[in-house]
Amino acid sequence: MGCGVLKIAYYPGCTVKTTAKNFEISTLAVARELGIEMIEIPNWTCCGTVFSLSTDDVMHHIAPIRNLIRVQEMGYDRVVTICSMCFNTLKRANVLVKEDREKLNTINLFMNEEEDYRAEVTVYHLLEILKNDIGFDEVAKHVKKPLKGLKVVPYYGCLLVRPKGIGIDDVENPLIMHDLLKALGADVIDDPFKIECCGAYHTVDNKNLVAERTYKIISSTKSRGGDVLVLSCPLCDYNLDFRQKETLALHPEFQQMPVMYFTQLMALAFGLGEEYLGFEYHYVDPRPILKEKNLL
Amino acid sequence: MLTMVYREPVSNEIIKRAEEISGENFMACYQCGRCSAGCPMVPEMDLLPNQVLRYAQLGLADEILKSKTIWVCSSCFMCTVRCPKGIDIARVMEVLWQIVLRKNNACIHASKIDQKDLEDMPQIAIVSALRKCSS
Repeated sequence: MGCGVLKIAYYPGCTVKTTAKNFEISTLAVARELGIEMIEIPNWTCCGTVFSLSTDDVMHHIAPIRNLIRVQEMGYDRVVTICSMCFNTLKRANVLVKEDREKLNTINLFMNEEEDYRAEVTVYHLLEILKNDIGFDEVAKHVKKPLKGLKVVPYYGCLLVRPKGIGIDDVENPLIMHDLLKALGADVIDDPFKIECCGAYHTVDNKNLVAERTYKIISSTKSRGGDVLVLSCPLCDYNLDFRQKETLALHPEFQQMPVMYFTQLMALAFGLGEEYLGFEYHYVDPRPILKEKNLL
Repeated sequence: MLTMVYREPVSNEIIKRAEEISGENFMACYQCGRCSAGCPMVPEMDLLPNQVLRYAQLGLADEILKSKTIWVCSSCFMCTVRCPKGIDIARVMEVLWQIVLRKNNACIHASKIDQKDLEDMPQIAIVSALRKCSS
């Protein structure tokens, strides 16, 4: 990218402003380092979090489309997201109205305060921008403290990679985060559970279900010698990090493991200060293992 | 035991409605079981995903709508991407619980969520749980 600045509209979503502040703080810091100007959409609202699958339900597509109108109003045709759920919901609603003009028309007729959505915006996840607009080679040039010796296990979950045509990589064997982490100098370990659901919103009404998922996923990661699980979804993060408490109660032999966002590892490798890492938002503290590897 | 085998095609209004709202062809399923083999939620289910499709083909709507399975599915789309017949099974599950929800039968009530949990949990967990499990 050199010294130019890449300007792109940015949709943060609710959770990176509260329980996942560490995700946003680290994202904005590394974006600045790489010359990406992420311009937050004014007056953004909830994306709806899940894409409605019933074909007769148009109402629930209004929230994501309204946010895309905000991007259009800014004069941008590209918007970047960091949360996997926001990414999936915004992208699916966008693809739906691009392909189904009748539904687009219904939504436009319903909303009378906004300008009509022209369906010309494209939704991206930050990982795509890093890979395609910046390039992992360029990312590697910004590494001041390579994550040498740190065994990281990328975890993609569901909504970043599925369904086909929406996901940012191969549905069965995604490698985009692997490649990014390699560029940061980390030892990347592949895990077959990398695309398996964490239990998602069942965390609200069935903690044990999620704790069992966490047990399976983290135990597999551990058995492969991983030090840190790396991901991009604040709901996966909550389930796989905070639900380790319930997991330990169900399985006393369970070994806990820290979970981090890929942007935190980028910030660490770029040599940015702890103020950009947000360690206070973790349940299992990643600092001991990072200190052991001389990264802090 | 005497088993009667009928030749009349199965017809059930609820199943027909589910096919219509989902836009999926339930008869396309040939019971390979790949959806159930990959589903991470199977330990929590009373009917396997392929059984839900089979029951639907047989018009057994009540059994499906009473099952835990349709609620346990968290729309991870593993089955959807693996179905060799191209059936969006996650969509089928969602439509089936939509049919229950549209009769005002919620399985999660916002007022019953623990206050401490509400403070600690990410909003995306709460919003998606209520979107998926309440009307």
